[in-house]
Amino acid sequence: MSSELIVFLVLAAVAVLSGILMITRANPVNSALFLILNFIALAGMYLTLNAQFVAIIQILVYAGAIMVLVLFVIMLLNLQDEEPLRETLTKRHYASLLFALLTLAMLIEAIGWMGGDTLDRMQQQSPLAVANGTVQHIGDVLFSSYVFPFELTSILLLAAMLGAVVIAKKRFP
Amino acid sequence: MNQLLTDTLHTAPIMGTIVLALVVILINAMKKDSLALEYWVSLIGIAANIGLAVWAFPLRGSAFAGTVMTGGFASLTAAVFLVAAGLTIILSRAYIEKIGVNFGEFFHLILMGAAGMMTFAAGTDLVVTFVGLELMSICLYALAGISRRVHKSNEAALKYFLLGAFASGFFLYGIALIYGMTGTTNILGIAQNIAAYKSEPLFLVGAGLLLVGFAFKIGAVPFHMWVPDVYEGSPTVVSAFMSTGAKAAAFAALLLVFTATFDFIHSSMNTVLSVLAVASMLVGNIVAISQTNVKRMLAYSSIGHAGYMLIGITAGGDVSMAGVLFYLISYMFTNLGAFGVASIIENAEQQGTDLENFRGLYYRRPLLAVLMGVFMFSLVGIPPLAGFFGKYYIFVAAIENGYTWLTIVGVITSMISVYYYLRVVVLMFFQAPEEAEAPQVTSGGTIALLVSAFGILLVGLFPSIVLGWMGGLF
Amino acid sequence: MIPVHYYLILSAVMFITGVVGVLTRRNAIIIFMCIELMLNSVNLTFVAFSSYLGNEAGQMFVFFVMAVAAAEAAVGLAIVIALFRNKQTVNINEVNILKW
Repeated sequence: MSSELIVFLVLAAVAVLSGILMITRANPVNSALFLILNFIALAGMYLTLNAQFVAIIQILVYAGAIMVLVLFVIMLLNLQDEEPLRETLTKRHYASLLFALLTLAMLIEAIGWMGGDTLDRMQQQSPLAVANGTVQHIGDVLFSSYVFPFELTSILLLAAMLGAVVIAKKRFP
Repeated sequence: MNQLLTDTLHTAPIMGTIVLALVVILINAMKKDSLALEYWVSLIGIAANIGLAVWAFPLRGSAFAGTVMTGGFASLTAAVFLVAAGLTIILSRAYIEKIGVNFGEFFHLILMGAAGMMTFAAGTDLVVTFVGLELMSICLYALAGISRRVHKSNEAALKYFLLGAFASGFFLYGIALIYGMTGTTNILGIAQNIAAYKSEPLFLVGAGLLLVGFAFKIGAVPFHMWVPDVYEGSPTVVSAFMSTGAKAAAFAALLLVFTATFDFIHSSMNTVLSVLAVASMLVGNIVAISQTNVKRMLAYSSIGHAGYMLIGITAGGDVSMAGVLFYLISYMFTNLGAFGVASIIENAEQQGTDLENFRGLYYRRPLLAVLMGVFMFSLVGIPPLAGFFGKYYIFVAAIENGYTWLTIVGVITSMISVYYYLRVVVLMFFQAPEEAEAPQVTSGGTIALLVSAFGILLVGLFPSIVLGWMGGLF
Repeated sequence: MIPVHYYLILSAVMFITGVVGVLTRRNAIIIFMCIELMLNSVNLTFVAFSSYLGNEAGQMFVFFVMAVAAAEAAVGLAIVIALFRNKQTVNINEVNILKW
């Protein structure tokens, strides 16, 4: 086994396990911490994929800003544990579980089908696969081809901020 | 001229709306008790932006490195969303004071939502489509919950938010798989060699997941469970905006991606679309019969109407695309009007939109009852109102493309819908009024409703003119 | 290099984990976190494809997904707080004036 594969397998195991632990914990704080672990594993994976910029903002924005906000709200509301999952599962839940697993099987099947043509195309198009995730490269593209969505994102964040203030502020007029 | 400046000019309706929203929020921040000023600034700005959309109509092409469409389709849809936003703002002036959420952020969020709808419908890069979708959705989540002391509104916002974000997940996964298969997120780039990917299983899975995301947003069965609750729980003017603007935006984007780009005519994806259409028509129209709340009834009817429009998407081709756009315009006027009447009938506790509250409305508020009658008849599809021609064009296109069975289901479900629409009319005109005070009608509300009714008549009387705008939009 | 399939399957597994979480949990905040998990698995797909295609569009998309996720977090948590003030709960089974 190559060292690359070992790193991948370790990170993948952490990501999957932390994901499963996250959706099964009764305590929201535990869930949030496992989600952060998952994000960190993903950041590591982005590094192996040569996406340095994404890896950094994954930690800064996702694991940092967003999850801190979530944790803050959980603490603010002082939430109690949910009752254990197995006591509240109904037939509907098992049905949805079955449905989800079928979807997963279908997805993996489709991924397995991904034929030689597509893979060839990937090979052909990737002479520069090594250096496409640096901050410099991303910045170049972001402010040339993607300038419209980028500015739109700033508007989106403004709207979200105002929306949050309007809904959550205690005493509006 | 500088490229950036040219691009900005060509996307003038979007840029103008964003600037307008920023101006409104600045006024709100700097001046106390400025609701009236913000109201008038919004209206004048919207009128100016509609002018910009008309001006930009001939400028067909794309801007900002091919990420956003200009002119033609983009201008037409932009004008539709602006009209919807304008009518919503006029209707909400009195309404938000009645329910006690009279702050300028309301107008700001409506305008931002309209800008999001325009970008959603005009994005020729899936990045722009996605960010536009989220801009629209986030404004609507906030608007749904804006009446924050009312539990019903909190709940509607929570439901809309959780299910909307869930749907966004599917939408994104679809985009990711499509990107992987095609190597680009630009839909023009995808369209160029669509034949190469069309049979790739992972591309089909991606398109299917994207369709699930869209089906959530348009409220098609079986992804409709949020629609009745959210439309009923949100402030009524917000429901009006959601059911017209947001739905029209999702349909326009669906049209652009699925019909104009992926061109799935006569493939497996088409079977899926027709199943969604039939299920929506049946469930929407049949469940609407048993509703006693007018807002909830309109929500189920909007599911049914999504089914009719899906027929047009399924049939494909220029005629049915024009049909779907025509339907969107007529539906926009009609549903805004119907929800508008409901918003006037409603009381300050955000209740009183049951069928009972419409009993004998004609004897209390004759004009309101007549207008509601017009909207109901247009929803049924009685000539010469706009609703009739919307259905007519879609059905004709479907028959031409060999989807006669879909048309038959459409006609049957339209017959079913006659029952619950006309029940409202019968209650208003032929039943004695109860001891209830007449609802307060403001001049603004009347004007908005009259504009809607006038729009329905105009579109219904001169359908060929409206259809003429839709030639060669893409 | 590791085949791209590995990344895709990992991402599919995480996505479905998130979906299962959304469908089975009742705490609104945990449901929201499950949605974040779904978005992250999609990001992994984007980055994997981007890297293997040698094309930056996928990484750009991840950037926008993160911005959108931040915006959604702000509005969503505000909605949760507003609900909690009125009802002292974030359990979606207990908020049923309107039926699910």
